[in-house]
Amino acid sequence: MKLRVPLILCFLCGLLMIVQFFIPHPPFTNMYEKLLDWAIIISIFTIVIGLSSLIKLHYTRIARKTPERPYSVVVFVGMAVMATVGIINGVNGKEFEWLFKNVQVPMQATMFSLLAFFIASAAYRAFRARTLEATLMLVAAIVVMFARVPIGSFLWQHIMPDSVLQWRENLPEDVAGWIFNVPSMAARRAILLGVSLGAVATSLKIMLGIERSYTGSGE
Amino acid sequence: MADFIKKIANIDRRYIFILIALTVIIPLLFPIGMPVTETKEVMAVYDYIEKLPQGSAILVAMDYDPAALAEVYPMTLAVFHHAFSRKIKVVGMTLWNTGAALGELAMREAAGDIARVGEDYVYLGYVVGDVNVIMRMGEDISAVYPTDYGGKPLAESPMMKGIKNYKDIALIVDIAAGATPELWVAYAGDMFKKDIAVGCTAVSAVGYYPFLNTKQIIGLIGGMKGAAEYEKLVKSRGTATAGMDSQSIAHILIILLIIIANISYFVMRRKDKLLKKA
Amino acid sequence: MGTVIGVWIAAGLTLCVYSFLYKDNPFYKFAEHLYVGVSVGYTIAITWHQAIVRLIWYPIKSEGNYTVLIPTVIGLLMFSRFIPKYRWLIRYPLAFMIGVSAGASIPRTMRSFVFEQMGATLAPFTTVNAIVIIIGVLVTLIYFYFSFEHKGPVGVVSKVGIMFLMVSFGAGFGYTVMARISLLIGRAYFLLHDWLHIVR
Repeated sequence: MKLRVPLILCFLCGLLMIVQFFIPHPPFTNMYEKLLDWAIIISIFTIVIGLSSLIKLHYTRIARKTPERPYSVVVFVGMAVMATVGIINGVNGKEFEWLFKNVQVPMQATMFSLLAFFIASAAYRAFRARTLEATLMLVAAIVVMFARVPIGSFLWQHIMPDSVLQWRENLPEDVAGWIFNVPSMAARRAILLGVSLGAVATSLKIMLGIERSYTGSGE
Repeated sequence: MADFIKKIANIDRRYIFILIALTVIIPLLFPIGMPVTETKEVMAVYDYIEKLPQGSAILVAMDYDPAALAEVYPMTLAVFHHAFSRKIKVVGMTLWNTGAALGELAMREAAGDIARVGEDYVYLGYVVGDVNVIMRMGEDISAVYPTDYGGKPLAESPMMKGIKNYKDIALIVDIAAGATPELWVAYAGDMFKKDIAVGCTAVSAVGYYPFLNTKQIIGLIGGMKGAAEYEKLVKSRGTATAGMDSQSIAHILIILLIIIANISYFVMRRKDKLLKKA
Repeated sequence: MGTVIGVWIAAGLTLCVYSFLYKDNPFYKFAEHLYVGVSVGYTIAITWHQAIVRLIWYPIKSEGNYTVLIPTVIGLLMFSRFIPKYRWLIRYPLAFMIGVSAGASIPRTMRSFVFEQMGATLAPFTTVNAIVIIIGVLVTLIYFYFSFEHKGPVGVVSKVGIMFLMVSFGAGFGYTVMARISLLIGRAYFLLHDWLHIVR
């Protein structure tokens, strides 16, 4: 009952979605639309899972008086202020928008911009042409980095003589375009095929109850 | 000489950080103005929207967060600018909750004085559900979004009177920081036979070329460079164009750093081999 | 006035985060934790207005549609996670959502990501590029097939597959560098243009 009914429910919902794909007519379309409407509403409450883990972590830090607890207080204050302003004044209210634009956006954008420094440092320290494969990767990376910014075509068109420019007006861009559209695309397509077949296999296993990790442990 | 090369190879990474910062800041202060050349992938999106009849509607999904702002926000504004200037109606929405407030900001900024909410554009906001939302909108947009972002019933927007589902949408443009373009391709493009255009971060762009090849997407605007190309095509100088000089110089710096690092690696390796022989 | 204060706060928080480049410090930790808290608060507010009010409250209030209460009750079972005795009830909403997404994905993934891609790969081999593409797809797929040893002819073929992958990863790395530098340019532009007004 506790395990079997959810597994049967999972199978039936999945089966209906598959049947609707092949028979897009009533009554399957009506059931399909109802399932989607219900799934959208149910998924609203998944926020609970993420929220509870975060609250538990920071509450534990405060309760145990760890050295990090002042920062956990900052987390709760930020959460409370933003949520309160948003819920009371509305998400298109001036105050909520002000907080979002001047607090959340700059911090999130800046956190990820730190990666620019680290990628340069990592490229300097680790990117070595040790083997043929690494050399291929290095050459492809350098071609793309040079060709896909304005300086690539700028230098080509100012350094090359007219005869060469008549043959190829923008060779760096042509080479980069070929890399993206032919060998790189072929490899990415193979990865996409493999990942998709894996995803289909996993979905089938979930529907058939072979993969049950979402049910958690216990009876 | 060998000691010098060893020092160069083990330089404190904070010197590299300073160099990167300088290569970004200096071209912003003293622009060079290198011209941006358009690629076929970006031109395809521009040409498609350019050929749409006036009064058509496009759906723009702004599936990104503030982390990707520098790359995707300029292309969002450029696409809106293009649509509004051609009197094409825009239905905006997002599958990412962090995109909800950003989408509102983008639509308002792009609309300015040239487009009116409810008549030229509507912003639907965010609903949880990804794939479920995409599929449900294919049958009935108002089933997922009974009101717009501000809470106004969709039925009260004059623009939405003629737009029920994807059949009334000429093009879906997904501007994304994640993997949502694949969802739009599978659950909207192929399912409802709709043309999809993709704008994305440079990190993700490489992965969408297979869809470009199969024509499952009609065009691709990749990264800040793609945004700069689109800005050039719509004749507006935005933040992407302003950043292209810095982009170029920073790339040259990183290429030089990689070359220097590899030269030092090969010199040190040769020295070790000679020492072993001796 | 609000705009000016906002820009100064944004600039201050930006510099707090950048202070991490020198070394980890209390300013960075403060900004990091504030960001986490504000993001979660944002998510709560957006979920409340965009999902709960719009999809549950609005249909009941304006259309008298009480059927939305059925999925709402199923969704509320997520809270059973906090009551150890009834924790198993969370399986119902999860089973529903996972069943729907698994069933939806199987035929659509097969059509869009497998059949369409395979069809395009088997395009007429009239150009060099088409031949390179089909070779590239096949050798890369062979590389990822680990059920037999990569020795002899299979070893050679999988090595060619690795080369195609390396070209792709190199192109990806180049674009990743572009993406990261773009993010830095965005922040630098904000500091120089919006905050200090020294860039036009």
